[in-house]
Amino acid sequence: MDFVDYYKTLGVAKNASTEDIKKAYRKLARKYHPDVNPNDKEANKKFQQINEANEVLSDAEKRKKYDQYGENWKHADQYEQQRQQQRQQGQGGFGGFGDFGGGDYTYSSGDEGGFSDFFESLFGGTRGGRRSQAKYRGQDYNAELNLSLTDASTTHKQTITINGKNVRITIPAGVENGQQIKLKGYGSPGANGGPNGDLIITFVIKNDTNLKREGNNLYKDEDLDLYTAVLGGEKTIDTLSGKIKLKVAAETQNGTKVRLKGKGFPVYKKEGQFGDLYVTWNIKLPTNLTEKQKELFTELSKLSS
Amino acid sequence: MENEDLIPAEDFCVYHNIEYSFIHSLEDSGLITITSIERAAYIPADEVQKLEKFIRLHYDLDINIEGIETINHLLEKIEEMQQEILQLRNTI
Repeated sequence: MDFVDYYKTLGVAKNASTEDIKKAYRKLARKYHPDVNPNDKEANKKFQQINEANEVLSDAEKRKKYDQYGENWKHADQYEQQRQQQRQQGQGGFGGFGDFGGGDYTYSSGDEGGFSDFFESLFGGTRGGRRSQAKYRGQDYNAELNLSLTDASTTHKQTITINGKNVRITIPAGVENGQQIKLKGYGSPGANGGPNGDLIITFVIKNDTNLKREGNNLYKDEDLDLYTAVLGGEKTIDTLSGKIKLKVAAETQNGTKVRLKGKGFPVYKKEGQFGDLYVTWNIKLPTNLTEKQKELFTELSKLSS
Repeated sequence: MENEDLIPAEDFCVYHNIEYSFIHSLEDSGLITITSIERAAYIPADEVQKLEKFIRLHYDLDINIEGIETINHLLEKIEEMQQEILQLRNTI
């Protein structure tokens, strides 16, 4: 735990007036406030640091204590340790403080709006502030839920664990990668009797199929042999809802796209509605021809010219 | 809209320790909507989160209504662009 220079955090001089501190805090808070930097963890962390600095420097009593003991706070800690050691070893007198290698400065509560360990050690866990008596809504929790494309194509229930609590949620068919759903009241508890925050779940969908999804439509390339492409026929293909037999028109060209209405992805929260599936024919030319096949192709070539 | 989805504006102001005139200014600017029933003002529940954000911007950061309008507009644009980026990523 390292000493935190609150003056440096706010970018003000040690002899800054209350008005200067207020101005500096407002300026930085406007820049890093979570409401103007949604989903930006770095800005959120920076805002906590600014808030903590303001909490101390804007309060005359806390500022006095900080100025008096602040910089020597860690030394005092080490001093105590050294004194204890010497007491145990039965030595008299105290040596110099020497070099003190500090650990990393960390915020104890991460994104939950907590203050640093340094602050807690110096001032305890209490916080003041102008609106401290107001009821605050708890912070929102953010969670990611990994699904396969196949999972996302059906409505299903899943149990997730949030802070030791099991929450059973229904995932409607058709959710998109990056889509968020909000579970009201499953976030962090509110302060001073304020309401709980929400739990925001972001879906991360991995494609486990050979289909490409664009919104509710699906796309796939399907190989087709030359003979079926020329003469027409049938071809069985895999779709999300199982295998289907497709008619292939005679003289189908390479790259021809076929639209299968209603065979695409389910439309989110619209039961019974589906996008379309587009199949692009990829015509494969025969290889390793036999002499007889070559003869017949030559004959065909002569007929065509 | 069901009645239980409406919060009396007076209760909301007491709860947040704010003046009703602030909520009224937000409504005048078109930033939030307020419903009136028999001369009493109510806040639709789905407006609360947005309204609380505006309260923080105003009371914590000293931003006036014009500033809040600008921030709100820019945040909406950012969100639209983030959605567009996500959609484009999903098609790659």
